[in-house]
Amino acid sequence: MKYIDEYRDGRIAQAFARQIAGEVRAEASYRLMEFCGGHTHAISRFGITDLLPANVRMIHGPGCPVCVLPVGRIDMAIGLARRPEVTLCTYGDLMRVPGSRGASLLKAKAAGADIRMVYSTLDAVRIAEAEPSREVVFFAIGFETTTPPTALAIRLAAAKALKNFSVFCNHVLTPAAIQSILESPDVRALGRVRVDGFIGPSHVSTIIGTQPYEFFAEEFGKPVVVTGFEPLDVLQAILMLVRQVNEGRHEVENQYVRAVTRDGNAIAKGEVAEFFELRKSFEWRGLGVVPYSGLRLKQAYATFDAERRFDLADAGGEDNPACECGAILRGVKTPTECKLFGTLCTPDTPMGSCMVSSEGACAAHWTYGRFRDRARSAA
Amino acid sequence: MTPKAYRRRLDIKNGRVDLSHGSGGRAMAQLITDIFHEALDNAWLRRGNDQAAFDVAQGRMVMTTDAYVVSPLFFPGGDIGSLAVHGTINDIGMGGAHPLYLSASFIIEEGFPLADLKRIADSMGAAARAAGVPVVTGDTKVVERGKADGVFISTTGIGAVPGGLDLSADKAQPGDRVILSGTLGDHGVAVMSKRQNLAFDTDLVSDSAPLHGLVAAMVEAGGQDLRVMRDPTRGGLAATLNELADQSDIGFRLEENAIPVRPEVAAACELLGLDPLYVANEGKLVAVVAPKAADVVLAAMRAHPLGRDAAVIGEAIEDDHHFVQMTTGFGGGRMVDWLSGEQLPRIC
Repeated sequence: MKYIDEYRDGRIAQAFARQIAGEVRAEASYRLMEFCGGHTHAISRFGITDLLPANVRMIHGPGCPVCVLPVGRIDMAIGLARRPEVTLCTYGDLMRVPGSRGASLLKAKAAGADIRMVYSTLDAVRIAEAEPSREVVFFAIGFETTTPPTALAIRLAAAKALKNFSVFCNHVLTPAAIQSILESPDVRALGRVRVDGFIGPSHVSTIIGTQPYEFFAEEFGKPVVVTGFEPLDVLQAILMLVRQVNEGRHEVENQYVRAVTRDGNAIAKGEVAEFFELRKSFEWRGLGVVPYSGLRLKQAYATFDAERRFDLADAGGEDNPACECGAILRGVKTPTECKLFGTLCTPDTPMGSCMVSSEGACAAHWTYGRFRDRARSAA
Repeated sequence: MTPKAYRRRLDIKNGRVDLSHGSGGRAMAQLITDIFHEALDNAWLRRGNDQAAFDVAQGRMVMTTDAYVVSPLFFPGGDIGSLAVHGTINDIGMGGAHPLYLSASFIIEEGFPLADLKRIADSMGAAARAAGVPVVTGDTKVVERGKADGVFISTTGIGAVPGGLDLSADKAQPGDRVILSGTLGDHGVAVMSKRQNLAFDTDLVSDSAPLHGLVAAMVEAGGQDLRVMRDPTRGGLAATLNELADQSDIGFRLEENAIPVRPEVAAACELLGLDPLYVANEGKLVAVVAPKAADVVLAAMRAHPLGRDAAVIGEAIEDDHHFVQMTTGFGGGRMVDWLSGEQLPRIC
């Protein structure tokens, strides 16, 4: 398959692996956080850790949009979907995310709520157009990558003068989250988590460019390599990070030059700026309340804002107290350090959000990597 | 003398199934005669009994049943009718058996176009004739609009097992070879390419096919050294191997590079975020074979048109965790776990 196979070539992978092994210093350790769930998935699916020396350790970050959505927002969506007049359109991976008291969109749908899985924001607009008697709400989630398509849907709905379309906006911002991790007591004061460098987001950076990472590379002295999602991209980025660490550099480098520029996609950023504004704060599962980390619709487009339209309030639901998703999302714990992992919490019966999406650290480890745990416990 | 009532022909071109077609009256009799008997014609159906009577051979027999709810009903390379024949023949074949007879029952939604029903019945008849396995008895029900989705078909089949053969999912042993009969994911991706909200252009067709000919060749070549066969339908190869691992109390180790996948299937899976290992097949089988017979079984499969791309893709290993592990093409290791949630609803 052209443009895919080239980035998955096992022989080139071995060459990179040898190069990494040759350049790491035996006495040093390299703790690299991949921010994005897409990278977590690629690392697990292709078994990349098997190709790395023992002192290069990958820490899974919070960049899975499904995982960081707090219980309260899921509860709000379920409440919305239960209204008889509402048709809630959602991406499929949100269906099984647990809300409060074991509720989920999947269960609400089985109980009669009109919830429809869509593949594109435009499908939701089409449903609103075809069914004018329904209040069609699009459950918008995701980082900078999925925000422009939501903007486009609002533009289209406005152009068609649709009165029955709105968006439940949960879009969040990557740089704010990375900064929050670096400023967290775990990292700064307590030193419980050492992050020596970041595998920077792939698709997010096609929109925002590499420039937004320059501030904290400088401020926190951590190298960032913006990296593609293919496994060879990840290996090459690891090599680039190892070199930066060895040389004491902390720069923003771009491995993903075939898609990412320093300034990003001006048209997409313009669309986002037209329809959205910063929230003063937004709650993230795992990170807590992060200032200026989420978006909402501007006042001028308030009629398309489901929160204003249906007067929604965040009820602030609670996670299962034994669930360690928060610590896992901050890189403080690994999935196997959670008591629920693999016992009560599996992809079939997820208790925490990290087990729901295939990009979540727990689901990725359970699905692709748990055979290694046995080897470890035997050794 | 009362004149003989004029018998109005079914308006197959423009007509639709209505509730009278399921009521047990003349309309139902006409639907059965004009569409189903016409399409599936054989000596048992012609006798018009509520059951088919036939002689039974000595030895072991197999029996299996399956329901078909695929959406859309017509897809590249087949439709629900041919699928209902192939799927049940294959379930018989996976026991190493030779399929003998099928039954078919139809649950039809009120308003379903007669033309579509005829097309499905004709396709079913053609598939049954091509496979040499007659549909000898059947049933028709009509439900109110909204209570079904067009048509659902359920088929049951029976077959005869060659003497001495006893394939079973609990018989795989460490060291056995895993052989796959061809490319993965063709059916699932072909069906999905025609889904209303997901349509994309591809020349790909479903692999839906009856495998009993291939099975006969394998039985002849491998005999008692065939441990177990299974067709990787829903849940794909991943589900099949996890089932076998549990039932045989073993694990498997696979080589990703050895698993055949068409480039267009791989590309569609990339686009949709799917893994070909989990996508459904309707014309492929996985066999676990004693190591000493692997070569002859593989050669027999490759000599058959439905096994041309057959390959040894891995082996059974000792593992009380029953993990299915795979060495990726990239050189790392990963698990091939059970599917969780729905990857593709209503694929068969």
